[in-house]
Amino acid sequence: MPYFDLSETPLRELNRALHAIAPGANDREFEVANPRGSHAVAVGCQAPVAVTIKGSVGYYCAGMNSAATITVHGSAGPGVAENMMSGTVIVEGDASQYAGATGRGGLLVIKGNAASRCGISMKGIDIVVHGDIGHMSAFMGQSGHLVVLGNAGDALGDSLYEAKLFVRGTVKSLGADCVEKEMRPEHHAVLAALLEKAGVTGVETTEFKRYGSARKLYNFNIDNADAY
Amino acid sequence: MCGIVGLFLKDPALEPRLGELLSDMLITMTDRGPDSAGIAIYGKPGPGRVKLTLQSDRPDEDFETIAERLSHVTRTAPKVAVKSSHAVVQLPAAALDEARAFIRRALPSVRVMSAGESVEIYKEIGLPKDVVARFDIRSMRGTHGIGHTRMATESAVTTLGAHPFSTGLDQCLVHNGSLSNHNNLRRELARSGIIFETENDSEVAAAYLTARMAEGFDLGGALTKALDDLDGFFTFVVGTRTGFGVLRDPIACKPAVMAETERYVAFGSEYRALVGLPCIDEARIWEPEPASVYFWDRDRSAGERTMAA
Repeated sequence: MPYFDLSETPLRELNRALHAIAPGANDREFEVANPRGSHAVAVGCQAPVAVTIKGSVGYYCAGMNSAATITVHGSAGPGVAENMMSGTVIVEGDASQYAGATGRGGLLVIKGNAASRCGISMKGIDIVVHGDIGHMSAFMGQSGHLVVLGNAGDALGDSLYEAKLFVRGTVKSLGADCVEKEMRPEHHAVLAALLEKAGVTGVETTEFKRYGSARKLYNFNIDNADAY
Repeated sequence: MCGIVGLFLKDPALEPRLGELLSDMLITMTDRGPDSAGIAIYGKPGPGRVKLTLQSDRPDEDFETIAERLSHVTRTAPKVAVKSSHAVVQLPAAALDEARAFIRRALPSVRVMSAGESVEIYKEIGLPKDVVARFDIRSMRGTHGIGHTRMATESAVTTLGAHPFSTGLDQCLVHNGSLSNHNNLRRELARSGIIFETENDSEVAAAYLTARMAEGFDLGGALTKALDDLDGFFTFVVGTRTGFGVLRDPIACKPAVMAETERYVAFGSEYRALVGLPCIDEARIWEPEPASVYFWDRDRSAGERTMAA
């Protein structure tokens, strides 16, 4: 198993090794020690490897991930799994602002809380947060799912497109054009599958409310001209 | 960007290490801003004495004779400790106003960095590692301190434009962000008698808090008022003689991480700044909430109070 101690090895060597994995390579489990809040740990992975990071990371960990499974045994700084394409990113602790921003696919699981702007501009990623999320989360979310087992902060889903939001706790306030919607059987099914994928047990889909776009801001409306 | 750090010690056994711990925290934040760096250290106060930290671009000329020149004001020659471009002058508290007036009048090339019973502020253009070495910050002991490494946006890269800003006795502030209503606020505060040294927005924030505390608010109350009156992006770390506070604006786009143990409270722009602190793995670590005030005071039982706007 390749092992990188970032207190001794430059971060660039880790990321270079992760980017150089050839198809059919046998070493598919990487362990990273002492990240000490470093930026850009395990960014740009394109192979289906497992990366275990022992400690807390700084900005942009696991950004642009494709196919890899990256687990942070600690907390993550701003922009964890930003623009993820596919694969899985698991944060055992908390995540700072804009976790999973602009993500196009894959699964991001945050076992603690996520700060503001979680899933901002999400475009297909699935995000499951075991704790709470901060304000302006899922702002302009286009597709994908944001599941929150705790509470949501102010302005959830502001200017939302077609991302689907499920919140088990309270929502401090909804953003412009975001409304509560009915939980139909297909929503229970998709939520149940996401909870299972994220390893959540003992929670019923009936405990969640669904939020989505009222679709009133999709197109320019001349009646709103004064608001700009 | 800018990088800010702060450390408030609860355990007196750590006090000899304050300068060393804070220096390492600040140096770790160097890549958040290379323009200038500064540190405020709250050391032991002398009874009935105040300290003036002065800066000059020609310290050899200005500081050689300053004790003698100030003795006209203070009657006995004050104790002067010169460190590179800075000098700490110890005066009887009663002579402070007159000494400051004299410096303004007679020593135009000397700038006042701070005044107070315990604070000393050292700041200069350059990287944190160089500023820390130049003023031998590592050897300094104290109860609490704050630091800043600057990426300039709102005013020129000068010594006076560096943080921390001090606008009141034993008060200082470091800021990551930018204020958008600082010109209006500066005019209002100037009318109430506060003298501004720079065009910098962060100096206005410091002066705003000084004005509120002069009205009788404690640090927590002043920070709460700031949420109503300051517009823009800000994470502040603030020191007073006995207190340490953190404030984040409602938008909260400027990063902030805090850690607390039984021995200390620490603030960093990033977690990286905190990893070298003693027993950090056992600390409670959290991101300060938007529009919330956190402060600790040695005069009261050390406790955290948070207030959402």
